[in-house]
Amino acid sequence: MNILVCISQVPDTTTKVAVGADGTSINPAGVKFILNPYDEFAIEEGLRLREKHGGSVTAVSVGPDSVKEVLRTALAMGVDTAIHIKDDLRADSFTVASSIAELAKETSPELVIFGRQSIDFDSFALPSMVAELLGWADIPMVSALTVEGSNITAESDIEGGKNSVSCALPCVISAQKGLNDPRYPKLPDIMKAKSKPIAERAASSAQPRVATTSMTLPVSKRLNKVLGDSDADVQELVRLLHEEAKVI
Amino acid sequence: MSILVVLESQADGLKRTSCEAITAAVDVAGGAAVTGIIFNGSQQHLAMAGAYGLTTVLNVSGDEWSAHPSARMAAAISEAATKVGATLVLFGANSTGKNIAPRVAVRLSAGFLPDCVALHGSASAIEATRPVYAGKALVNVKSTTSTTVATLRPNLFTAKNVGGSAAASEAFAPSQTSSLPSLQVTNVTRNEGQLDVSEADIIVSGGRGLKGPEHFNLVENLAKSLGAAVGASRAVVDAGWRPHREQVGQTGKTVSPTVYVACGISGAVQHLAGMSSSKIIVAINKDKDAPIFSVADYGIVGDVFEVLPRLTTAISAVTGKN
Repeated sequence: MNILVCISQVPDTTTKVAVGADGTSINPAGVKFILNPYDEFAIEEGLRLREKHGGSVTAVSVGPDSVKEVLRTALAMGVDTAIHIKDDLRADSFTVASSIAELAKETSPELVIFGRQSIDFDSFALPSMVAELLGWADIPMVSALTVEGSNITAESDIEGGKNSVSCALPCVISAQKGLNDPRYPKLPDIMKAKSKPIAERAASSAQPRVATTSMTLPVSKRLNKVLGDSDADVQELVRLLHEEAKVI
Repeated sequence: MSILVVLESQADGLKRTSCEAITAAVDVAGGAAVTGIIFNGSQQHLAMAGAYGLTTVLNVSGDEWSAHPSARMAAAISEAATKVGATLVLFGANSTGKNIAPRVAVRLSAGFLPDCVALHGSASAIEATRPVYAGKALVNVKSTTSTTVATLRPNLFTAKNVGGSAAASEAFAPSQTSSLPSLQVTNVTRNEGQLDVSEADIIVSGGRGLKGPEHFNLVENLAKSLGAAVGASRAVVDAGWRPHREQVGQTGKTVSPTVYVACGISGAVQHLAGMSSSKIIVAINKDKDAPIFSVADYGIVGDVFEVLPRLTTAISAVTGKN
């Protein structure tokens, strides 16, 4: 089966965020960028399905030239081909979804795999947007899956439980933590990936449907009342929760 | 110009996120009409929708909807939005909303504003505030098209029971959707007997400070005294002490309970990303410099093994739960 894995490059979670000169995006200076952690599960699942069912795995990323770095990580992990869709960094998921859907229409993969969310904008939007643009089913938050013939069955995490679902291929899924244990690329594979070709492709002409008007850093309004650990302190905490915060 | 609120049902009425969305819609509506849409709504659902301020709910009936076929539900909701002339469609940002809302945005050529924590403006010119980069920044976003689809982060919008009478049910039969892709839900497994962190009003979470899975009874006992769900940090989930479904944080669940109690959790940025929008945060940690105290409203610097049993007793005395 042919699989398209969609990956993104995001700031490392421990990175400090500062607002850039435009007032609507972060200042990238000094920010360490990494492969979106959930995308590791997506790549791994693509590779495992290929090992079991044959076919090929293509990784795609939409963004500026720097996203080639995460495509090289995917190549080092073992994907067959990598495609860079050249686009500016934009906070609008619709344009990104359109670029990916156009690629999928041309290449007809049987399965498109995303990480469950990209940890920069945390929109959870792309998998079902792409599925809608393609007219396909989608299964979000997949923590287990089996492909048999042209059918996929999966466990999909919901609040307080999980759904067991099945649908016909082609479809879109998003990978939840726990789906698999992503492999670490080996050093020789990392070296080889550096010289592998990365195909380039123009972004969709779809226009953004969302504009960011401002970005600010949150101001903490926490009370920061920190007590000791004596019995009196414990009683005082309970009193504060009961009488001041009125939450118990 | 009107607002469509997508209502989700559960056994005993509407989900709280749906009630929150109704209030949020009424608050920004100005003179615009606010209509609900529900799949297989009962009298109880209509009574609750009315109590929170809706006068009319479009009711889509049929057994086929009980399996939550997302593509078909998205088509039905989009058709309803067009029918009522909605310029704003609101969902709760839970698993259903997160999955279906992006499809509706595509179908309506609408701007999609996910996981909003505040709405500003009016039904025809809505602007939303949402956290990005794990809550390290906030952005104000708006649609550049005439329609907006937004999801609201649970527990950030107050649901106000305004005591309205039951909403009128208007049967709504979407045009043929059987050509759309289908998804069969063959089984739904609930984590029986436990409150889920994503649905809990109070959460007590434990971290590495508990030193081992055998000590989590201290966290569970405190949770019982508060009627709370038990949560966990990534470190203890990765160590296999607790199941992944309890994990709060960027690689777990994002929660905004009324009270979040962090026990023996240092407050790594990944953890803060998942709980920093909680209303009241309480931290118990023996390291006074732990980052968790910087986001806490109330804190106790002390050993969880010493503090938790005494705190549990003191809270039980107030709540009567143990």
